[in-house]
Amino acid sequence: MIGGGSLTASVDAGMLIGAVLLEAIILYIGYGAAEQLFGEPVVNRIKNN
Amino acid sequence: MSLALIVLFVGFGLLIGILFGFFGMGGSFLVTPALLVMGYDANVAVGSGLAFVFGTSVIATLKHRDLGQVDYKLGILMIAGTTAGIEVGKVGLEYLQHIGLAGSVVSVAYVLLLGGIGVFVTYEAMKGSGGGIDHDVDEDADLEDEEIPEIAQKIQSYNVPPMISIRGGFKVSLWMVLAVAFATGVLSGFLGVGGGFIRMPALFYLIGVPVPVAVGTDLFEIVFSGGIGSFLYAQSGAVNLGIVVPLLAGSALGARVGAGATNLVNEEDIKVYFGVMLLLGAIAVAVREIGGLLEMPVLDVVSLAIILGAALLVSGAVVYSGVTMLRENASASPPTAD
Repeated sequence: MIGGGSLTASVDAGMLIGAVLLEAIILYIGYGAAEQLFGEPVVNRIKNN
Repeated sequence: MSLALIVLFVGFGLLIGILFGFFGMGGSFLVTPALLVMGYDANVAVGSGLAFVFGTSVIATLKHRDLGQVDYKLGILMIAGTTAGIEVGKVGLEYLQHIGLAGSVVSVAYVLLLGGIGVFVTYEAMKGSGGGIDHDVDEDADLEDEEIPEIAQKIQSYNVPPMISIRGGFKVSLWMVLAVAFATGVLSGFLGVGGGFIRMPALFYLIGVPVPVAVGTDLFEIVFSGGIGSFLYAQSGAVNLGIVVPLLAGSALGARVGAGATNLVNEEDIKVYFGVMLLLGAIAVAVREIGGLLEMPVLDVVSLAIILGAALLVSGAVVYSGVTMLRENASASPPTAD
């Protein structure tokens, strides 16, 4: 049987890890969009230098 | 939290992200000692380090997936075998704790394993016989026999059904995969470490998985181990989002750079960098343990300086090699007229 305290702690922990996961996905999408926009010009610049 | 500290965490995250995306290891190896030296409680340093590793491994795995470098079937089998192995390793550790030898045995074993794998990987890469697999990770592309390490060829030759297809174009017995995963799990549980530095070379040298796929699959496994570990620490309030959020902001970019570099940098170079990182890591851990024995806290700072110096040196070398390869590829393939 799970006590009320440990259930709350588990829910809080789950939400916290969910927040980390959400940040990771947002950053992945955000940096991915930045890569689409600026990736090719940056790579071309590196190749030509 | 001051702006300077946020900038420091973002920069530190960037550095670790490059290594993590490139090698599939190095997260808690670097973050936890740094947070300890910065004065955070041990449980917060470990818990926040694990949450950071979890977030970074999600990003790095997604990037490796984009590059076709994650074998999910192999990853799930590795998780099953590793989890069982960790339990057995923990029993061994508890026995050593019972007879009062855990601290010294684990420290010596950790240093020897880090240093031993570092020397082996570097030697094999320098010798050039450890497998010159190119970056073609097409599932249908067969690898030449000479490209697969000898031990892996032997393991692949055991025809014990069921046989499973591995990304890289070969088959191996499911039982061999589980045995390798179990062995790496035992070491991981015994040493109380994440084990990326054991699994990545084990996937390559024992099963014959191409290095970029070994990195991507290892990262996939870390998503689960890091997620479960950070959840357990978060239950006791040991995960500090003020630390994790800025670290992740930096590592998200670094992981993209590191993962992208595995597609550019020569495979032998990846192994040399990996070996050097482990060797310097072994020295840093040895210095920290000696500091603990002699009760000299200053050696903790020296140890951290060695680890950070190594991280800076190796991530710089990774970026430099990536840029060099990009330029070489460009000059080798002149533009064609449409």
